[in-house]
Amino acid sequence: MIEFKNVVKQYPNGTLGLNNINLTIGEGEFIVIVGLSGAGKSTLLRSINRLHDISSGEITVDGKSVTKANGKQLRRIRRDIGMIFQSFNLVKRATVLRNVLSGRVGYHSTFSTMFGYFPKEDTEIALDALSRVNIREKAYSRADQLSGGQQQRVSIARALAQKPKVILADEPVASLDPLTTRQVMDDLQRINRELKITTIVNLHFIDLAREYATRIIGLRAGEVVFDGPVAEATDAKFAEIYGRPIHEDELLAAEAAKGGAPV
Amino acid sequence: MTPAPTPETAEVGAPPPPPSKKPAPTLDSKGPQRYKTLGTWLLFILLLVACFIRIDANILDLFSQGARDNMSRILGEMLRPDWSYASHIWKPMIETVQIAIVGTVIGSVLAVPVALLSATNVIPKKIVTIPVRMVLNLVRTVPDLLFAAIFVAVFGIGAFAGMLALVFFSFGLVAKLTYEAIEAIDPGPLEAMTAVGANKIQLIVFGVIPQALPYFFSYVLYTFEVNVRAAAVLGFVGAGGIGLHLDQQLNSLRYDRASTIILLTLVIVLLIDYASTYLRRKLL
Repeated sequence: MIEFKNVVKQYPNGTLGLNNINLTIGEGEFIVIVGLSGAGKSTLLRSINRLHDISSGEITVDGKSVTKANGKQLRRIRRDIGMIFQSFNLVKRATVLRNVLSGRVGYHSTFSTMFGYFPKEDTEIALDALSRVNIREKAYSRADQLSGGQQQRVSIARALAQKPKVILADEPVASLDPLTTRQVMDDLQRINRELKITTIVNLHFIDLAREYATRIIGLRAGEVVFDGPVAEATDAKFAEIYGRPIHEDELLAAEAAKGGAPV
Repeated sequence: MTPAPTPETAEVGAPPPPPSKKPAPTLDSKGPQRYKTLGTWLLFILLLVACFIRIDANILDLFSQGARDNMSRILGEMLRPDWSYASHIWKPMIETVQIAIVGTVIGSVLAVPVALLSATNVIPKKIVTIPVRMVLNLVRTVPDLLFAAIFVAVFGIGAFAGMLALVFFSFGLVAKLTYEAIEAIDPGPLEAMTAVGANKIQLIVFGVIPQALPYFFSYVLYTFEVNVRAAAVLGFVGAGGIGLHLDQQLNSLRYDRASTIILLTLVIVLLIDYASTYLRRKLL
């Protein structure tokens, strides 16, 4: 369970990134956060594993305070939270397996990881994670030889190798074409259902949000302006979240029709 | 027209990470722009003339009777190298390369932690990076021959002093080039490793090293090239290697023997340059 209590993030120049956020996210939910760029989606997501610090308030994950955690406690909390990025953030020169194994470092001492040593069980875990996203056969390829969609699946596997309780995905499909977008979203959904991992995804395609989410959170100017099940997230609601009618390019279907015809 | 980028020679062979793009200068610079260019050229020419006068340089000296006589005599002797002398200089030749190898390896190993401590994306604390960089810059301002002269004074004449000089020289060069390469790596994997719950050392091992390693090796090879050339003249200050013999032969006016040494050095340096350039191209 993730809880936000009166969370405020103020940037040095005075802008409010997050303005008094109160949220409770239950186990196993598939949450999609929507909002215009600059609405605070990324800040909200990154404050959960404290890639961004907040100015006041408190965030807890399974009762443990992320806000108050220090060095080792914080690393332990982060170990249990997998993260997926828009630009994959893989080491491109390293093999796929090596990238996935790097998700295991939180479980081992500095000394043993310093020499790149991992026990056999870890390799099993990594290969198993790769199987879950259907690219086990790429384990020994260099990451930069894979397509964008495959690289994103490697980064999902890296998150899975952490054996996380929560997965955060920050615009995971923004640099992918419509077809691979669906594959990656399907992977995330399957993992959420099969392993009961709480999943929080930032998206800007609203049809995709409706299709995959169990609950949608709308942000505008750092405030939660919508929080409810998909059924309640009508076009009118979205217009309210965005503060204007929905544009065509905010629909994946429109994107697909424009250029990304199925391969 | 702007001049084409200069071809990459061995001298400037250390490939730095791609520089930031500057806007191309406009072709038809007008008004104050033109006077500025003119002013710069005038200043440059004045400076050049002033330097010439200060050091008593005289173009005519190049063609004086004495110079011409010396030149033809020395060149004449040098064009007939004493090949029998070659068997005497193999050992110091090998010693020269050995000095370069040991100096490069030890210096480069020492450079690794310092490069990491200088990189602001690895250590985002100015209180660490700035002093480390200051020490590094200090080391880099001392020329290799000065290091050699100091170590000869401390440890006596011989290859050990030369090796130490090259340790310091390689350390400065490799650390500087490597930390700049580290600062240019993709920050994505570092962010990912932080999110995974890695500590600083794990972040370096899994995020920084795999990205920076090819650059590091390339700089080590480049430094080795430079060091072989440096090691060849270290002997002039008594720090071992072939330079000692070259100095002796030049002082005893045996230009035929000096010529043998120079030619052999040239061959060795060329071979190492080619091998190293080939390897570096494979790396990057």
